[in-house]
Amino acid sequence: MTDPDRLRAIIAAHRDAEGPLLPILHDVQAAFGCIDAAAQAAIAAALNLSRAEVHGVVSFYHDFSQTPDHRPLVQLCRAEACQARGAEALAAVAQVAAGERVRVAAVYCLGLCSVGPNARIGDRLHARLDEDGLTRLIAAL
Amino acid sequence: MIRVRLADDALAIACGADAVAAAFAAAGCLVERCSSWGLHWLEPLAEIDGHGFGPLTPADVSAVLAGRSDRGIGPIATHPFLARQQRLTFARAGRTRPLSLDDYAATDGWAGLRRARALPPEQVIAEVAGSGLRGRGGAGFPAGVKWRTVAEAGGQSGTGRKYIVCNADEGDSGTFADRMLMEGDPFALLEGMAIAGHAVGAGHGYVYVRSEYPHAIARLRAAVALAAPIIAPFGVEVRVGAGAYVCGEETALLNSLEGRRGEVRAKPPLPALHGLFGRPTVVNNVLTLAAVPHILREGGAAAYHGLGTGRSRGTMPIQLAGNVRYGGLYETAFGITLNALIHDIGGGTASGRPVKAVQVGGPLGAYIHPDRFDLPFDYEAYAAADALIGHGGVVVFDDTADMARLARVAMQFCAIESCGKCTPCRIGSTRGVELIDRLRAPAPADAVAALPQMRNAPKGGRRRADDLALLEELCETMRFGSLCALGGFTPYPVLSALRQWPEDFA
Repeated sequence: MTDPDRLRAIIAAHRDAEGPLLPILHDVQAAFGCIDAAAQAAIAAALNLSRAEVHGVVSFYHDFSQTPDHRPLVQLCRAEACQARGAEALAAVAQVAAGERVRVAAVYCLGLCSVGPNARIGDRLHARLDEDGLTRLIAAL
Repeated sequence: MIRVRLADDALAIACGADAVAAAFAAAGCLVERCSSWGLHWLEPLAEIDGHGFGPLTPADVSAVLAGRSDRGIGPIATHPFLARQQRLTFARAGRTRPLSLDDYAATDGWAGLRRARALPPEQVIAEVAGSGLRGRGGAGFPAGVKWRTVAEAGGQSGTGRKYIVCNADEGDSGTFADRMLMEGDPFALLEGMAIAGHAVGAGHGYVYVRSEYPHAIARLRAAVALAAPIIAPFGVEVRVGAGAYVCGEETALLNSLEGRRGEVRAKPPLPALHGLFGRPTVVNNVLTLAAVPHILREGGAAAYHGLGTGRSRGTMPIQLAGNVRYGGLYETAFGITLNALIHDIGGGTASGRPVKAVQVGGPLGAYIHPDRFDLPFDYEAYAAADALIGHGGVVVFDDTADMARLARVAMQFCAIESCGKCTPCRIGSTRGVELIDRLRAPAPADAVAALPQMRNAPKGGRRRADDLALLEELCETMRFGSLCALGGFTPYPVLSALRQWPEDFA
């Protein structure tokens, strides 16, 4: 649920910047776990945009979501360099280890392409993953 | 007290450098965190009195300190992987603390900016043009020409707002040089941006970093705060992407900075004339801007131009990645062959199996067969061979790679990341996935195609030859009909896989 006071504070912190929409959306996503219709409407009103414009931006980018999912998130790199080091076999392992409790998503490149397969959990990156290592990481979430 | 140096970039930390640092500190050592040397297979790599030990775990620390570790690699600076490189952009890698203004100043930091600001802007542009520096993001456009266009934009007086935008949306798989530069030597990027600002008359700059690089974002923000008084009146702001690969394309990036969907803009107008918020804008890659401080030092432009081959001058930070034994950063003059890179320097595959293919230039780069590994690293030579250097990423695959599956991955990636603005990319990529699926596993005749009213559908279903011809034709449409490199270059990996490994598509 979006807290209106906190939302107003986020908007106020950025509204005088050039091109403030993405910084606002990042902060709202981080604060509330999603950017719901109410938040989109409030942002649109504050920036003098239509709701459609804000919705269009929210739905364009992979980092933004419109409904919350508070499960822990594991982003497994599925790009070519990690595939060359066996990431595809790990994807199935990750799904089994995660079940419904943990969300497993694909990410395309974490910039650690010489030491894959790699994964990101929050702001922590993990390299040289194998089946055991990845399973342990997911179990610990 | 023993002084131990360990890298603190994202890669070293992901490999466990923090725990190793804590173990050294617990053993009473003075731990200093510096940038990464780029010897990635050795991370976490500890340096004691110039000697390297790696890869380490906390359990190895006591043996290292007791002098009985088998992880020693001898003196780091003369390690064969480093000794053969020509590091200009990455001259400080491994040698300085990333956020130390003292270390930066002690290694010729700000010398380029000081000299540039004492010169008239035209002279700065002439030196950048004379160095032969070309855009390192992939397109290879001459940096001096772009700067001159922006400098001369906005009327005779050249007044009005202009911007320097640093493209740090390094989304290509197999590339990490931008990340290493931002995390290891962030002041060099800021210095390059400030020089660009002086050259073209821009007072403000943005660095657009992808959200998948949390360490680089934090490091850059800290560096901007520290360097602000030095680069003033030029100001820099760090902005974060939101997970869209296509925002690495310069016009999509500008839209994203403006707070819009990251859709590609049609060119012309060029961003140099009509860029961010409609103002003249320099959009350059991290490596392009970070090469500038070296070029602007006394004699730097001539030294830079003295390296390289043909029209590809200077050095290229090449990134060895994927299934390679010795992966990491290899900055060298243009002209090096893949044979040298993969076998002599990279040590072959990490799995020990034979090399089957190499993808150069990210997910939109061609797959190159070992028969062509004598190709020199050079923009024009690659273009002539239907390949591209891109951002300098080299991804190695061993003989277990299924090239048809990788061709499908390329089309699928394009379908996922397409901004949707142009038809060849948006629809062609999805049709491409279907076509490759049909080639890999022939399906029964399509139910719709078999309907009596489908008069133009081939009778008796499509033959394999028809599907192959259709894939070639689709790729041609995408190549020449797409607005930007995403749709336009996806045919490179697809067609190169199809032509060189047809047996994988059977």
